[in-house]
Amino acid sequence: MALQTYIIYKLILVLVVFAFTMLIAMYSTYAERKVAGFLQDRLGPNRAGWFGILQPVADAVKLFMKEETIPSVSNKALFIIGPALSLLTACMTGVVIPWGTTITLFGENFPLQIADVNIGILYLFGVVSIGVYGIMIGGWASNNKYSLLGAVRASSQMISYEVAMGLSIIALIMTTGTLSVGQIAAQQHGWHWNVLVQPLGCLIFIICAFAETNRAPFDLPECEQELVGGYHTEYSSMKMGFYLFAEYINMFISATVISTFYFGGYNMPFIGRFVHDPNLLTLCGVVFLFAKIFFGIFFFMWVRWTLPRFRYDQLMNLGWKALIPLSILNIVLTGAWMMRHEIMAYLNF
Amino acid sequence: MITTYLFYFLSFLTIMFALMVVFSKSPVHSVLYLVMAFFTIAGHYVLLNAQFLAAVHVIVYAGAIMVLFLFVIMLLNLNKETEPHKSPWLKFSAVIAAGLLLVVLVGSLKGATNIMAANNFDANIGLIENLGKTLFQDFLLPFEISSILLLAAMVGAVLLGKKSIK
Repeated sequence: MALQTYIIYKLILVLVVFAFTMLIAMYSTYAERKVAGFLQDRLGPNRAGWFGILQPVADAVKLFMKEETIPSVSNKALFIIGPALSLLTACMTGVVIPWGTTITLFGENFPLQIADVNIGILYLFGVVSIGVYGIMIGGWASNNKYSLLGAVRASSQMISYEVAMGLSIIALIMTTGTLSVGQIAAQQHGWHWNVLVQPLGCLIFIICAFAETNRAPFDLPECEQELVGGYHTEYSSMKMGFYLFAEYINMFISATVISTFYFGGYNMPFIGRFVHDPNLLTLCGVVFLFAKIFFGIFFFMWVRWTLPRFRYDQLMNLGWKALIPLSILNIVLTGAWMMRHEIMAYLNF
Repeated sequence: MITTYLFYFLSFLTIMFALMVVFSKSPVHSVLYLVMAFFTIAGHYVLLNAQFLAAVHVIVYAGAIMVLFLFVIMLLNLNKETEPHKSPWLKFSAVIAAGLLLVVLVGSLKGATNIMAANNFDANIGLIENLGKTLFQDFLLPFEISSILLLAAMVGAVLLGKKSIK
């Protein structure tokens, strides 16, 4: 492939992924209220447009038009950097996700993944771990005790659950033998989904993903009853919108990562029997991936409107005393299973 | 060619952020500049084809240790007003010590142009497969001993964190 074609194709892919991320995050806000309405036996938004389909647009216009206040005593530069950083780190994770296999056009192969770096999982993990800064900087720069408490809660929660998340990923890396997200997705062809190999790891990862995105039942950072509004108490207008939007992008990315790591990514069993054209097969893969992602997002909402919020000590106990020992046990069991022939030979069975 | 320019650019940024860490008045700003310095150092690792080291550097230093630093500084609420006044003798001795360190560094790096790599440099050594093989074959004992060191540190932290020792 010529260098110019390569650059143009990568740019288009980046723009498409960015646009889809924004669109899905935007309509997640609509879906959240519709799902909440459904679970609470009411209608949800139904005034703006057909079935309220224009509600996110109306919200965006409202947030942009609102008066913007910056507290006079706060640190202005950091106050602005906070939400920007939150949104930036949320958007950065989509780079290493394989959205499909390869499309062949005009004799050239175009893989549907922006960058297949060989340390993709570590990249994801690094971006998640610097996502804490957006919240901490914003909460501190507000110069408000409630904001600071919310920020401290959020970041201590994220740090605690990052440990268990990393340990559950280690077991996944042991069975897949690679750190590249593209290879992990490709390995799950047919029924070789990682959830069947790593059920415990998958469960731990999903729980940690809920905690990392600050979603219910782990939404302590924005506990209205105790903290007024959490780390974004002092924020107004679109800066507050950025924080809320970043949460929805994180939810979308978490659903994507869970589907890619554990539920086969773009793979769907038996589809090869019905579709034979490789391009059509790739498009089917993209559709399957998005179907899994949308179910994941629905699952996030389902849990949010079903379970009550944890108490803070319960949250910490769950993270440090249940999930981390379980994920270490998972690593030990995975290692023992992988070395079973050697262990059997050693014990003379 | 482009890697040379990138190297100079990243080095400039690293030194600038490192200086900002020292010169900024507010401790929170110092921590944030230090985080930026860690990112530029991770960029240097990528230039050296050591992506694993770069990713782990970002995760461990920027993502975990500096967050804890920020935590403590934000909770202690260290501001310019509350900074304790240091005696001039302390500043004087600090300048002398730092100057002596500079002399030692300059002296040791004076002949650095003549230093050659002892072994043939393998450009792929930083990739994760090669790194893992080297670490678990050639350097297994130091690796395991360092893990025991970390375990001891963890046990010590838990012991110190306990409210009452029976």
